[in-house]
Amino acid sequence: MSTPEPAPLLELRGLEVRHGSVPAVRNLDLDVRRGEIVGLIGPNGAGKSTTLHAIVGAVRPSAGDIALRGASIRGQPPERIVRSGVGLVPEGRRIFAELTVEENLRLGLAGRHTKEGAQEALESVADLFPVLRDARKRQAGLLSGGQQQQLAIGRALVADPELLLLDEPSLGLAPAIVDTVFETLRAIRDRGLTILLVEQRAQRTVAFADRTYVLANGELRMALLPRDANDTERMVAAYFGT
Amino acid sequence: MTLASTTTQVQTLLDATALGSIYGLMAIGIGLVFGVLRLVNFAYGQLIMAGAYALALTQDWSIIASIALCFAVVLGLSLAMEFAAFRPLRRASPTTMLVATFAISYLLQSIALVRFGAIGKIVVVIPGLTQPVTIGGLHVRWITVVTILVAAGVFVALTLFLRRTSIGLQMRAASIDSDTARLLGVRANAVITVAVLVSGAIAALVAVILPMAVPERILVTPDYALRETIIVLVGVVVGGIDRLLSATLGGFAMGFLVGTLSGFLPSSGSWPFTSSVYLDSAVFVLVILVLLLRPEGLFTRSRRSAVERV
Repeated sequence: MSTPEPAPLLELRGLEVRHGSVPAVRNLDLDVRRGEIVGLIGPNGAGKSTTLHAIVGAVRPSAGDIALRGASIRGQPPERIVRSGVGLVPEGRRIFAELTVEENLRLGLAGRHTKEGAQEALESVADLFPVLRDARKRQAGLLSGGQQQQLAIGRALVADPELLLLDEPSLGLAPAIVDTVFETLRAIRDRGLTILLVEQRAQRTVAFADRTYVLANGELRMALLPRDANDTERMVAAYFGT
Repeated sequence: MTLASTTTQVQTLLDATALGSIYGLMAIGIGLVFGVLRLVNFAYGQLIMAGAYALALTQDWSIIASIALCFAVVLGLSLAMEFAAFRPLRRASPTTMLVATFAISYLLQSIALVRFGAIGKIVVVIPGLTQPVTIGGLHVRWITVVTILVAAGVFVALTLFLRRTSIGLQMRAASIDSDTARLLGVRANAVITVAVLVSGAIAALVAVILPMAVPERILVTPDYALRETIIVLVGVVVGGIDRLLSATLGGFAMGFLVGTLSGFLPSSGSWPFTSSVYLDSAVFVLVILVLLLRPEGLFTRSRRSAVERV
């Protein structure tokens, strides 16, 4: 007798989000299982970021459900969802430029469900991003774009999330730095984290993630696997619906 | 210049520094809540009024019990404002919240008028502190020295609180970008409640100090501390409401200016800046000039997109 498959870590069922009267996400079903890297790609305005915002409680869905470990988190405030084990690296990094690097990282501790292990979490992030250890007393706004992205990821990691949501982490970064960001994500996955990655770099995301969902006009258009990354026709079809 | 006149001038400057310290304390209280809530609390003076009534009505109690009641009343009223008005209006526009605090202010004044009448009640908190002490030929009242030291102590303690504690750090983050802070797990309501309580504790402290430090404030009336609140609010805007330090300096500057002008100007005269009769007019002319020349605030640095407000 085979053992039943465990419930996905994150489930979206019939998710709908509206910006006023305009539907931003429509009837979205999506699963993320433990240990996976799941990509979410699509053109601007497809509803990718809105989906992440709905998951963390920053926007309220108009219909459907969001479940974490099988329990609904729909309608909960962001701070409670974050403390339940969901970390967010927001678009544009949104670090606190006037605070020091160390203070930004300490702020991330607010998302931990327990104070135990906080120091170890800070040390662990410093091991992952040595540049942050060296710059810990500097104002965060003085860091380069790539360093700020590392800070934003590190700040989310110190909360010890089980699921990490990243909203376009490569946005505005030089190609070499983008390579570093993706290497970092792989290292994070190797630590056992589950990742939901929103990206504009479609081909790279499809090749990198275990599964990638394509959104367009707020709807799920198709799911792609790493082997599809070099299938130009399929990629174009995913984006333009041809 | 004679030694006597020099001594008088130094005494006037010390008194002005003490008044500036009181206004600076009020600016801290107003600035803290503004930082995390974007709420200009016009009812701040009525917190002080409530504390002063608590002191006035317990003149026969021990000093410690009377002051403890003052703090309990002001902190209770602060929490009541947070839960009954500020929290339900969390997502309202700043204008709506400001108007709400106007309403709270006048509601509390009306309640005090009905309950205690228009005739003031005398409040004497610690009589010994109003006695003079001679320091190097200067006759200074103890309360002047104590006020300056207390204000400096509060500012240092608050700075350490904001920089060294987790809740202080979260308060600073929430004041810069509360949405992002919440996405990191910062509990917005807890942070705001702490800010409201600290602000209330400062109001209670001012209620204890003000009747001793400012002789004409020995009588508690329903509009007690209203004039001070208006002047401090102006000071906070003139200093730069976007940062706690600049707001505090603005409040201090207004108190120091008012204290200095009222001390140095004669009590008679027919033109502004020649007589303390025109004190408020003269002060607000200066305020308008400052706002015209530096609309972002007197003590702020250059304009920035995001600033740390507490």
